[in-house]
Amino acid sequence: MTAYLIRNVSVVGSAPTDLLIRDGVVAETGAGLTAPDATVIDATGLVALPGLVDLHTHLREPGREDAETVESGSRAAALGGYTAVCAMANTSPVADTAGVVEQVWRLGREAGLVDVQPIGAVTVGLAGERLAELGAMADSAARVRIFSDDGHCVADPKLMRRALEYVKAFDGVIAQHAEEPRLTEGAQMHEGEVSTRLGLTGWPAVAEEAIIARDVLLAEHVGSRLHVCHVSTAGSVEVLRHAKARGVKVTAEVTPHHLLLTDEVVSGRSELASPALANNWSPVAPYDPVYKVNPPLRTAADVAALRAALAEGVIDIIATDHAPHAVEDKECEWAYARPGMLGLETALSIALDVVGPQWDLIAERMSRAPARIAGLDGHGLDPAPGVPANLTLVDPAVRRVIEPAELASRSRNTPYARMTLPGRIVATFLRGEPTVLDGKAVK
Amino acid sequence: MIRHLLSGGDLDAATATQILDTATEMATVAGREVKKLPALRGRTVVNLFYEDSTRTRISFEAAAKRLSADVINFSAKGSSVTKGESLKDTALTLQAMGADAVVVRHPASGAPHRLANWVDGSVVNAGDGTHEHPTQALLDAYTMRSRLGRLAGLHVAIVGDVLHSRVARSNVLLLSTLGAKVTLVGPPTLIPVDISPALAPGTDVSYDLDAVLPGVDVVMMLRVQRERMNDSYFPSAREYARRYGLDGPRLRRLPEHAIVMHPGPMNRGMEITPEVADSPRSTIVEQVANGVSVRMAVLYLLLGGNNR
Repeated sequence: MTAYLIRNVSVVGSAPTDLLIRDGVVAETGAGLTAPDATVIDATGLVALPGLVDLHTHLREPGREDAETVESGSRAAALGGYTAVCAMANTSPVADTAGVVEQVWRLGREAGLVDVQPIGAVTVGLAGERLAELGAMADSAARVRIFSDDGHCVADPKLMRRALEYVKAFDGVIAQHAEEPRLTEGAQMHEGEVSTRLGLTGWPAVAEEAIIARDVLLAEHVGSRLHVCHVSTAGSVEVLRHAKARGVKVTAEVTPHHLLLTDEVVSGRSELASPALANNWSPVAPYDPVYKVNPPLRTAADVAALRAALAEGVIDIIATDHAPHAVEDKECEWAYARPGMLGLETALSIALDVVGPQWDLIAERMSRAPARIAGLDGHGLDPAPGVPANLTLVDPAVRRVIEPAELASRSRNTPYARMTLPGRIVATFLRGEPTVLDGKAVK
Repeated sequence: MIRHLLSGGDLDAATATQILDTATEMATVAGREVKKLPALRGRTVVNLFYEDSTRTRISFEAAAKRLSADVINFSAKGSSVTKGESLKDTALTLQAMGADAVVVRHPASGAPHRLANWVDGSVVNAGDGTHEHPTQALLDAYTMRSRLGRLAGLHVAIVGDVLHSRVARSNVLLLSTLGAKVTLVGPPTLIPVDISPALAPGTDVSYDLDAVLPGVDVVMMLRVQRERMNDSYFPSAREYARRYGLDGPRLRRLPEHAIVMHPGPMNRGMEITPEVADSPRSTIVEQVANGVSVRMAVLYLLLGGNNR
């Protein structure tokens, strides 16, 4: 196993030092280290972060290998600075049995680019009718701890209560896609001024907020852990703030796109779609389904509330909701397009754009906290002697133009095409082995 | 002149007025023995209809033919579309056939905008989902102008299912551009959120039809599908008709000069009674005739009357 000596690197924003990686762990830190057998990486100007952990990734395998595979998604993740991703259960077949989660887990091991931690479905076939064999998935080789019907809400309150209770036996957590289904029948985008103008059926904020309110009360009642996926509204933030103040065991995630983009982008008024990027935006055609996502892009007021909640800790983590889709599923009428956006290869850049070089905050929201929620030992730990060498090196000075064709994902549905974004991943290490060097995937 | 007509908002006052003035000239053709102009000879207009709409399709077809264009009717039924061909592939096919204009009717909002990305010719939105139907708004404006002599300063009530109405959206945009004031009337369940800032500041909303009628110059009734009651937009067709239908007593609340419009097809007995629909104040049949003139003007200006 090759040793690596990373010279002159700022660990999570602190003063530059050297890091020696040997035998899968950080062997030594300190200025002026020597190791004649080690490959030297000059990291002057770079920042080392604990390897990023994504709690919300769609890898599409099994079932839609034309859109993404475990391997291609893993490569995209490594290039984005990730060392672990949690793979959502809405594959085909659904990851609702020990067999399917073990298959995904094994494919992740074979790809060897990030740790792929499968998420199990809460209900059989994501149908919301009866519990999947959660215990069998927990006991499997994949050691599933997060369960989610993501893409669908566990809408039945009794079923949600039972799921929350049941997973306590193995310290599981239910990750809820909060969407009241009756309030979002046929919904195409955020319900508001823009949906009215465009004649698209609205997805009202209350459909998310009502489910989160119900679920935090259920979690409090049964003393269970709840995780809320992709929080998108200012009202949801208020519900979460209230729940956390009461001591409810709830955590929440926000996606990069909900921190950056507003519903105005659907109307083609790109100058209004992102206040922070008003001068950094290519013209956008109206009704371009690359901006269709669930939950939908919201208003500028929601974006501001989400940013504040992330800074404050009401929202615990950034999760990508990386959702690859084949070209034909996006190059069509808005109503017929599938919802979802790529995220793994751009998430850190969006975070940098949104919060600036607050490295400790970025490490907390994108690595430490998601690793804690997922229970991933060996991830989310700042580089220090004896710690598994799961880390990534970022060049914050580089600004890069996002070219969809250059992404490692099999799909091209990035909402950031041709935008100039700050930051570039230079190298990523998984247990001491480089998965990315010089900004390129090693395999 | 603009390249596509996708939204009532695409038109500024000068362009909209130019279309209406051109339509007035086109209307004289309808009175001739030979109802045909050579203006678009050799040009190809495709009617691409993903929804049944005989009245809109034949209106566009008559308009194109009176301008001597070659007309191809491409109906989604019984075509490659039902075999799952994508809108993009259909667009590329039309492009390869040399369509100078594509008139598109589609159940998905925004489909004409998508189509416009993939063809070089002009795209005319003939109704997309619950979004817009700009030529309907133009023919409505034309009808108001011919009956009442002006548009600026008119007060127009648009009554009914505004939420699902492409006619209402296009009318609000166009009428406000042309200086008319619009009040939207309907049950709160059928008025979309933020309608005034979304479309035109100054647009009023009322839930009380009786209160609005005495102050308007035009009342435009929208078609209301009975099935909406199954989704709890209102309790029953009977209650809807009682609260928001235009009947004889309500007709008499209107000022003397006010006109009654409907884009058709009507639900007689639902949003409008036969007595009102067939009264001299109703412009419903006139609207159909004006539709051909206005669509002639649109095709002429998009295809022939400019520098292309």
